[in-house]
Amino acid sequence: MTSSASAAAAPSGQPHVRRLIAIWLLLSVIAVPLVIFVLGPHMPPFTFSNEARDQRNVNILLAALGTPVLIGIWVALVYSIASFRQRGPALADGPPIRGGGRLQTVWVVATTVVVLFLAVLGTITLLGTAKGAGGGQGPSPLAVPHGSQPTLPVQVIGQQWAWTFRYPTYGGVETTQLAIPAGRVIALHVTSLDVNHSFWAIRLAVKADAIPGSDNVAFVRPRRPGSFKIRCAELCGLWHGHMFTTGEVLTPAAFATWIRREVVANAAATKVLPPYATHYFPEPLRRAG
Amino acid sequence: MSRGARVLAVAGATAVAVVLVAIYVADFLAANPTPLRAAPAPGGAQLTLQTVASYGHQPHPDWVSYLARDGSGRWHHTTVFKVPAHALVRVTIYQYDTATGLRNPFWSQVRGTIGGTMTVDGRTMNALPPEEASHTFAVPELGISVPLKGVAEEAPNQCEVAPCTAAQAHTTVTFTFRTGNRGRFRWQCFVPCAASFVFGNGGPMQSIGWMDGYVQVV
Amino acid sequence: MSDVAFEQHAPGPAAAPSWWRRLIGFNLLAAFALGIGGWFLGHWIGTRITIGMESQLGTDQNDVATFMGFLFAVLGWLIGLGFLNYPLGRMLGRPASLREKEDEGPGRYFRLCTDHKVVGMQYFVTILLFFLIAGLNAMFIRAELLTPKEKLWNANQYLSLVGLHGTMMLMMMSAAILGPFANYFVPIMIGARRMAFPRLESLSFWLVPPAGLILLSAVALGGFPTGWTGYAPLANTARAGMDAYLFAFALIGLSMTIVGANMLATVVTMRAPGMNWGRLPIFVWGVICTSVLMVLAAPVLFATLSMVALDRTADTSFFLASAGGSPFLYTNLFWFFGHPEVYILALPGFGVVLEILPVFSRKPLWGYRLAVAGMLGVTLLSFMVWQHHLFVSGMNADLRPFYMLTTELISVPTGFIFLNGLGTLWRGRIRFTVPMLFAMAFFSNFLIGGLSGVFLSDVPSDVSTHGSYFVMAHFHYTIMGGLVFALFAATYYWLPKMTGLRFNETLAKIHFWGMFVFFNFTFAPLFVAGMLGMPRRVSVYSSSLQGINDFVSVSAFLLGLSMLVFLVNLVYSMVFARVPAAANPWHSRGLEFQLPTPVPVRNFERTPVIESGPYEYGVPDAPPVAALGRTAVVAGGESSP
Repeated sequence: MTSSASAAAAPSGQPHVRRLIAIWLLLSVIAVPLVIFVLGPHMPPFTFSNEARDQRNVNILLAALGTPVLIGIWVALVYSIASFRQRGPALADGPPIRGGGRLQTVWVVATTVVVLFLAVLGTITLLGTAKGAGGGQGPSPLAVPHGSQPTLPVQVIGQQWAWTFRYPTYGGVETTQLAIPAGRVIALHVTSLDVNHSFWAIRLAVKADAIPGSDNVAFVRPRRPGSFKIRCAELCGLWHGHMFTTGEVLTPAAFATWIRREVVANAAATKVLPPYATHYFPEPLRRAG
Repeated sequence: MSRGARVLAVAGATAVAVVLVAIYVADFLAANPTPLRAAPAPGGAQLTLQTVASYGHQPHPDWVSYLARDGSGRWHHTTVFKVPAHALVRVTIYQYDTATGLRNPFWSQVRGTIGGTMTVDGRTMNALPPEEASHTFAVPELGISVPLKGVAEEAPNQCEVAPCTAAQAHTTVTFTFRTGNRGRFRWQCFVPCAASFVFGNGGPMQSIGWMDGYVQVV
Repeated sequence: MSDVAFEQHAPGPAAAPSWWRRLIGFNLLAAFALGIGGWFLGHWIGTRITIGMESQLGTDQNDVATFMGFLFAVLGWLIGLGFLNYPLGRMLGRPASLREKEDEGPGRYFRLCTDHKVVGMQYFVTILLFFLIAGLNAMFIRAELLTPKEKLWNANQYLSLVGLHGTMMLMMMSAAILGPFANYFVPIMIGARRMAFPRLESLSFWLVPPAGLILLSAVALGGFPTGWTGYAPLANTARAGMDAYLFAFALIGLSMTIVGANMLATVVTMRAPGMNWGRLPIFVWGVICTSVLMVLAAPVLFATLSMVALDRTADTSFFLASAGGSPFLYTNLFWFFGHPEVYILALPGFGVVLEILPVFSRKPLWGYRLAVAGMLGVTLLSFMVWQHHLFVSGMNADLRPFYMLTTELISVPTGFIFLNGLGTLWRGRIRFTVPMLFAMAFFSNFLIGGLSGVFLSDVPSDVSTHGSYFVMAHFHYTIMGGLVFALFAATYYWLPKMTGLRFNETLAKIHFWGMFVFFNFTFAPLFVAGMLGMPRRVSVYSSSLQGINDFVSVSAFLLGLSMLVFLVNLVYSMVFARVPAAANPWHSRGLEFQLPTPVPVRNFERTPVIESGPYEYGVPDAPPVAALGRTAVVAGGESSP
């Protein structure tokens, strides 16, 4: 073991600490506005629906808060590597600092405060401002958005391996395509006929698991007409990767035309459908051949 | 250990590893059915299929399955079909299985075919009572979904081993669809027809080569 | 601590038997023979007992026979290895002994051996082998994802590859550090001569190879479509490959429980005099915390998988909504194991990097108590967060704020580890050895993994990122960037001690830089792919994402190549070059490095007395870590007979 005399004689870390904090502050002051104002507007899931916008704002906030942390630890790592690297074969010991003390307290308090802040803010966003943020909330949602017009219920039925959609307010017609009117609150009742699926309307920023025997409600407020991709986000078997389709947000007038056409086109199927229900139990029994 | 022995040991281990990896990959690839080209026909192609209640051969004699017929009239155990692009494809399905019934009656309506119809034993129909369906032939990405009428339970001369012959009890379903651009589209059955599996959705229902496959538009 | 066993070992055999005579007996060969025979016997019995059982008729896949086959195969395997000899011998009145430990020569690596150092080496080779197989699957997956449509594999094959990659990695990585390095070094680090339960230790290892092989047999049984999570009710309907998944993962659950219990018992009861809790190496603390998680979480996995197995064989309906069961039951039970499992993977990594940093910074570990508190905090909290995997499942929606809070709280104790790491580096005398490079890369990677986890813990953000490639990138940053980097840090740090041979440093550095650069190139873009709408486990994706995916695939192939560099280095250094390593190549104060290389079978000539902590670098007049008696050497001395 080498002597620690040289280590004990080393100067204190004060100038290093000051320099490190200066670099960190400088980089953070540059990076955080860049994240908020340059990257922020281009953050997924964009602004196609109110839910997407709310999620994007959360993403911007988390990125803005995470950036100084990322920079801080990277700067400390790189600074240590650059300043305290020992070259050559000589083996010298560093100063025997055991740690603890003020920095430790500051670190614990600071991380706890940030985390509690995030949790409180996340709860307020989820239940208050974003009204569920497009996520599945189960059969009795806590956060219900209200619009000027009545909410349009649409049932999303996952089955191996296709999505179908039922409109209980239009005679319970079932369709292969999802179309919804812009500017209205849509209540998506997601359920499944066999195994677990997950309904993900990517641009709408809606995700709700489709579980057999369960009614999982997610709300969405699309802001303007356009199309969006729907995918399955829970591994559901062979054609999971193929369980996608395209949905449309239409103007209220176009939606009225569309749904009328669908009612006519699917009349033969509608006649034989079971009455609308929040969930349908698949028969589990093993059938004889 | 001498240097030569060490080289030999490492070379041997490497060879064993390469062989095992090759077997592993081959085992995977072996599960891929060979594609069958639909027979040419005026305006496009003719695809002739049959569905059987039990394949009757190894590896899964009890599984329901589709089979396809080539131009010379021989039946092949495959579910990967090649059809021409931008053409009319006439599909004839000889259906030898009894009815199971649809889980979602929505699929009882014919969709995506020319005229939105099919013929069942010569009769033109646009839907089937959901409990009479034995299988469906559905290509969701092309919007095609056709329910196939099951054979009556009490019908005599039921087919038990593939390939089934014209003399055995069956229904004949025909329909035509128009293909678009080239691509590889999956097709499947929506009737929970896998006997003895939970939900009727296991085994053949989840296996390419049985109740699932690809339509390759070339 | 009873050392009765060592006092009464029998003298060696009079004459060495011929080489083919040595192949006969209780060893790997017999294990394979009885294992394969057991499969056929079990399968036959299973087929007999299911005659007339309705649930197994007409499916052409007799799940009962498959399970019975696996069960008898494993029993045959264990009997072939000789696991019944001792219990039967005791029943017949033979005296207690640990005779298996006295074995010498290369043969002991191929049979039941109760020497914890042999078990460590067995684990290292086995885990590495299965790690490479799982990695090969990842290469196949990335090859498919070069194009947005299915090209190379069909849907069935692709899902099997995804499932095999995920399950194999999770199964093997659970013991990646505990298996080789904790088994080898924990007894030495605490001054013990063996583990508390040496035979159970050997059993925990010998369950791993059959688990890996049984999982691989899924390929021949039609694969399984569920990924590593095995969600029911999909698992109820899956083909016979699912049985292989269930049985193999349950075996690993059993093995993990045994490892955990054994480690805890060893550390609690077998520490040398003077090795108080405040002097315990931080790696041992990591092992303790991991063991607690294993003992409490792995049995839940075993139970959950057993329930699925019952659903598949005995026609129960635990997870069938329409028959009184619930799919939520599975997701809850699985993630109650699954989330602690994530920390089973992470905590040994924390232990390894914090063990290595002081050695190469030549400073005491900064904030030892804080590090221990951080690990204990993570251990405790990891049991309270599992429902964050179910934020959009529609279950217990009112509890989401609670799980959001607990999940975010876990970043507080994790943050401690970062402070420990940075504090240790600060004003140190940092030497850039290969283990140190991996340890520092761990912090950079885990930082990104941790910060992306904040997005996933926040429910509004999780709605879009859940089940997407964002999650996939996140957990690869924590598991591969964390655990696997720590695993390689540990390998380069400790393997020279275990084998007495040095690694080629140039190849090692090429491995590090290749792995570090291409790891980040592979997984960083996937955060973007996930946010833009690419779900996990799909082989068909939007063509607008092809650019990202192609870049990722090429990076992944190069990442795979860097693993080959490691493999080449391992074979070259350990088989061909064979440059002897010094007994203490890193000038570490760790007790394990004070022993001669190779470490004697009984580790310590006499029980060591621990006189100071392991991280007293730069402390004036710090006493040596222990008084070791005659065996004590500091650098490359002779070992005692």
